[in-house]
Amino acid sequence: MAGNKGRGRAAYTFNIEAVGFGRGEKLPDVVLKPPPLFPDTDYKPVPLKAGEGEDYMLALKQELRETMKRMPYYIETPEEKQDWRRLPREMMPRKKCKKGPKSEKAKDTGKGTSLTNTADVLKKIEELEKRGDGEKSDEENEEKEGSKEKSKEGDEEEDDDAAEQEEYDEEEQEEENDYINSYFEDGDDFGADSDDNMDEATY
Amino acid sequence: MTQAEIKLCSLLLQEHFGEIVEKIGVHLIRTGSQPLRVIAHDTGTSLDQVKKALCVLIQHNLVIYQVHKRGVVEYEAQCSRVLRMLRYPRYIYTAKTLYSDTGELIVEELLLNGKMTMSAVVKKVADRLTETMEDGKTMDYAEVSNTFVRLADTHFVQRCPWVPATENSDPGPLPPAPILVISEKDMYLVPKLSLIGKGKRRRSSDEDAAGEPKAKRPKHNTDNKEPIPDDGIYWQANLDRFHQHFRDQAIVSAVANRMDQTSSEIVRTMLRMSEITTPSTAPFTQPLSSNEIFRSLPVGYNISKQVLDQYLTLLADDPLEFVGKSGDSGGGMYVINLHKALGSLATATLESVVQERFGSRCARIFRLVLQKKHLEQKQVEDFAMIPAKEAKDMLYKMLSGNFISLQEIPKTPDHAPSRTFYLYTVNILSAARMLLHRCYKSIANLIERRQFETKENKRLLEKSQRVEAIIASMQATGAEDAQLQEIEEMITVPERQQLETLKRNVNKSAS
Repeated sequence: MAGNKGRGRAAYTFNIEAVGFGRGEKLPDVVLKPPPLFPDTDYKPVPLKAGEGEDYMLALKQELRETMKRMPYYIETPEEKQDWRRLPREMMPRKKCKKGPKSEKAKDTGKGTSLTNTADVLKKIEELEKRGDGEKSDEENEEKEGSKEKSKEGDEEEDDDAAEQEEYDEEEQEEENDYINSYFEDGDDFGADSDDNMDEATY
Repeated sequence: MTQAEIKLCSLLLQEHFGEIVEKIGVHLIRTGSQPLRVIAHDTGTSLDQVKKALCVLIQHNLVIYQVHKRGVVEYEAQCSRVLRMLRYPRYIYTAKTLYSDTGELIVEELLLNGKMTMSAVVKKVADRLTETMEDGKTMDYAEVSNTFVRLADTHFVQRCPWVPATENSDPGPLPPAPILVISEKDMYLVPKLSLIGKGKRRRSSDEDAAGEPKAKRPKHNTDNKEPIPDDGIYWQANLDRFHQHFRDQAIVSAVANRMDQTSSEIVRTMLRMSEITTPSTAPFTQPLSSNEIFRSLPVGYNISKQVLDQYLTLLADDPLEFVGKSGDSGGGMYVINLHKALGSLATATLESVVQERFGSRCARIFRLVLQKKHLEQKQVEDFAMIPAKEAKDMLYKMLSGNFISLQEIPKTPDHAPSRTFYLYTVNILSAARMLLHRCYKSIANLIERRQFETKENKRLLEKSQRVEAIIASMQATGAEDAQLQEIEEMITVPERQQLETLKRNVNKSAS
């Protein structure tokens, strides 16, 4: 393997004719860098198919995109967790439709009145965070809202910058919440359809 | 699923259903079948959100569930079904050409909502049609029902699998998820409904606002009183049938291009006769006798029996082998070779792509290798009559584009390169798959580009929308021409040009 290095340098290990180069011909240049990301093509692409059908389908497509965004199947991103203690009380959006079953709400108000001590609240929150379940964190948020009036001490969780950014996000979110609320009032079919299928899918 | 397909699925889900559904959907496509808690844990979303997203996905037939041992329910996403969302406009347009506006709206509602009961579809479509009709006219439920029944008869809509009606003698614990059944014969059975009514026109806005709170409560009560007659019977659009229709269209237009209009009509008749009798994945249709074809030709065509026989013989002898003769009874039994026809169409597409990308000489080499199956470098130069250097260059270009591949045939067991034959060959299946993958990638790129362009020019778009709204409202209140002119000039000329370019680019990327 190493023995032929000096002597056999000019010979190839395979029949060079088979690849297509003649003997003694100049080999093509060595490639030093990867090919460009958008290489120039010799032949330009064929124009798009245009016609009555295609125009109609294009209009349909754009309409469909718009319609899909308004259907109840389009789920908006939920609003970010706010630290309500740092913001004026009127900033809090008034949720007309609470997420979660009614039992959760009853449990919440019960917990809200019993936990008047800030230390207890913080300990409870730590416990719940350790469990790391999404449902509980919703609950815990509502707990925080309920007991916010009672607790005066602040936590060093959020920075000012983060709060300002959250305020801005929250304004947007609040607008969206209004829109969603009015949509819910109008829609007759929303509850019927999704409830039917929730019965099938969840357990 | 390839990376490009996953990326495209992610873009489609995000555009149609929002961020959360996209996150859950892409996670399922990537990781396969998973139970609910694992999904929530891996994606870091709350259980609530995951449940909502899964409901939406199941409603639209994009995710299926299965009960495994120990009562665990696992959810699996169907990537290919998500990609079908690209074709929704085509399905709707096809329904429009076949069953006019009513059919179009029925299919559109079914596609937008995933699954619906027949009564719900009929009501919604009737309302929508009434909106577009002139004042005073309304759309009758009966007409919409008729179109629905016709769609079901031609298999364009089908019933979803349903919960089996169990005899309640077994009081055991309920299973965590229902096992839905579907039987072949019941799939297109339309329930006997007597839907009487007319479409409702949505009243003008002031009536709406005042009458709504009062109207909502009594309407709600009446809904509760009348039980929905077809409760639990859901319908969905049958995408396979649409694909079959597209396939038929492609074959018919290929025959029309190759031969003439009459032969394409004959082929269309034959395909129509075997629409329902032949399963969609069959290699060829059921044999049809020449007499049957003659009887089923469309009414306008007055060709005599002999002419029809001549055409059939011509079609059967054609080297493309779209039509084959399978017997002589009944004046000659003819079949359409579906698999062969689709194979030829795919090959023709590949050839045309090579021609457009690399030039006609490359296309000649490609067709040559296709025909001769395996060729050596030297033979390629000889047969194609192209100088060696150029032939070599073209072959390597196609090789790096994965249209052509090399087959090694060793002469000795040690596979020494100097003693091995290297043959060029075209693997049609793999080349076609590569082309499809490339298409998906380009669609994903185009969607991204369109989103980028729209975001960049958001301000301009909003401004033009506002101006249009102002103009419309002013025209409604009867403003003078001078005022309208002034408002139109709010958009300066370069902005207008920018808008035009943007619209053109967005439309191009969308089509």
